[in-house]
Amino acid sequence: MSFKVADSLAQAAPAMDGPDDPGRRDFIHIAAAAAAVGGVAMVAWPLIDQLNPAADTLALASLEYDISKIALGQEVTISWRKQPVFIRHRTPAEIARARADDNAPMKDPAPDSARVKPGHEQWLIVLASCTHLGCVPTFGEGDYGGWLCPCHGSQYDTAARIRKGPAPLNLVLPDYTFLSDTKVKIG
Amino acid sequence: MSEHPSTYQPGTAIERWLDARLPIIRFSADLLDYPTPRNLNYWYTFGGILSFCLVVQIVTGIVLAMHYDPSAAGAFVSVQRSIMRDVNYGWLIRGLHANGAAMFFLAVYIHILRGMYYGSYKSPREVLWLLGCVIYVLMMATAFMGYVLPWGQMSFWGAKVITSLFGALPLVGKPLTTLLWGGFSVDDPTLTRFFSLHYLLPFVIAAVVALHIWALHVPGNSNPTGVNVRSASDTVPFHPYYTVKDLFAVSLFMILFALFVFYLPEAMGKVDNQVAADPLKTPAHIVPEWYLLPFYAILRAIPDKLTGVLALGGAILMLFVLPWLDTSKVRSMRYRPTYRMFFFVWIVASLALGWCGSQEPDGVIIPGAGPGPIFLDYGVNTVTWLSRIAALYYFAYFLVITPILGLTETPLPVPDSLYTPVLSHPAGVPAGAAAAPETKG
Repeated sequence: MSFKVADSLAQAAPAMDGPDDPGRRDFIHIAAAAAAVGGVAMVAWPLIDQLNPAADTLALASLEYDISKIALGQEVTISWRKQPVFIRHRTPAEIARARADDNAPMKDPAPDSARVKPGHEQWLIVLASCTHLGCVPTFGEGDYGGWLCPCHGSQYDTAARIRKGPAPLNLVLPDYTFLSDTKVKIG
Repeated sequence: MSEHPSTYQPGTAIERWLDARLPIIRFSADLLDYPTPRNLNYWYTFGGILSFCLVVQIVTGIVLAMHYDPSAAGAFVSVQRSIMRDVNYGWLIRGLHANGAAMFFLAVYIHILRGMYYGSYKSPREVLWLLGCVIYVLMMATAFMGYVLPWGQMSFWGAKVITSLFGALPLVGKPLTTLLWGGFSVDDPTLTRFFSLHYLLPFVIAAVVALHIWALHVPGNSNPTGVNVRSASDTVPFHPYYTVKDLFAVSLFMILFALFVFYLPEAMGKVDNQVAADPLKTPAHIVPEWYLLPFYAILRAIPDKLTGVLALGGAILMLFVLPWLDTSKVRSMRYRPTYRMFFFVWIVASLALGWCGSQEPDGVIIPGAGPGPIFLDYGVNTVTWLSRIAALYYFAYFLVITPILGLTETPLPVPDSLYTPVLSHPAGVPAGAAAAPETKG
């Protein structure tokens, strides 16, 4: 008799709710897979993000520099956020040459006036990393009176605009302001 | 692992006991007994030579890591003062490691060229070939990160240039380089993580080498004729025939290796790398190690940054897709004289690219003629234009010549079996040599 009860119970229970219900099984699979994917992503992200700059590295924010000691025609390379920066005291001839080329064909066209701060045209302040692959270009070489990158031969003019070679962009202008005529704040 | 039936018979009760639990002796015995085509020449010994190179690099590298300081402040001093001068035999161990890297690449290039010449990449060995390409890429990554560790000027600026390559990619480029650097530029965090990865990758290479050998043992070796092994009489057991042949080749290779280590230890180094890294000044002329020069020349030849980087990646990608570019049914170039000619020109083009990579981009090729008329930024008589022509051939060889020639070329008659050419060789063979060499071992 007990068998009969069991049988009738089994029949009474609708197949939809039983452990063999395909809908229930799919739900368990999908939920388990989703939890696994989410779990892997949550574990992976800290392992990837730890590669990004640490807080102490990011804290190297701005830099003040006294430009009064840079003579006319001289250039200094300083380190800002571990990146080299050129501060160049341009001669009138360099400025004139840059302005004369304002309408020449260029990859990344920019007038000389957009490369410097008004009233401080003699000061050209740019990141000293070639926009191709990051080498520090050398001044006084190349065909345009400006910089030549020793790595792959990119040439920049006296406004640090790209004129020839594989680099795609002009040397990058950092954020900077003149605190006074002799002091500049970068960053 | 291999598909041939195992002939191992456990001799003792202990061996039988172990064989039922961990058949490791059987595994090793089957590796030694592995049937190998009887006509393999010395070009086929470079797999063994490469295994030797990997062991040398891992052993010397582990020792060097015991004396090395992976920090921007200490790296240069720990290499140039401690290891090169103070540590007992440090100069020798570093000499083996630094020159060993170059020897490793020399061997891998010969190994790759052998595979290309004899068509070893063709069905059914595509996966074997792909795994080899993966090893080659891992080798380049490992060598690059290892080159950064001495933290000299070339180390630093090499790292800057190579990591900046990723910056050319649209959208992800900039965040990706920051992620690689761990800062605003190549710096302390970059060096430390490169050290960590440089220690890791050789073991990844060793694992892929195991897969490479596995994938070799399923279809078995290719051979200089490209003709399939048809019967047991086409093969000899790996041991002692090829263990001895490989050991002899390794011995010769070690003579060349020792020549560099003891007589020309700095021949492949750059003077600038004897100067500590200076993030504010790039050396006047930076070049990568010789084994990366052809790719460097391709990068420089193209006046657009992103296209240049893609061409560099594409040049390596060509090797990966070669099995599907080659349409010919004949494996070995022995029977494809036209393709062989194009292949030799390809080697010359690759060597020319290597030479171009070592020169200044506007260097003049024909002396006294001047740079010539300027076209796409450079005179036609300059290094840049030579690399452009050579790079064009490099890609045309894979993308045009290989697929078309496979369909149009009439190959020479292919022998019936892989030892027919041996028997008909004018030098002849000693009596009985071809009869049943596999039974002698």
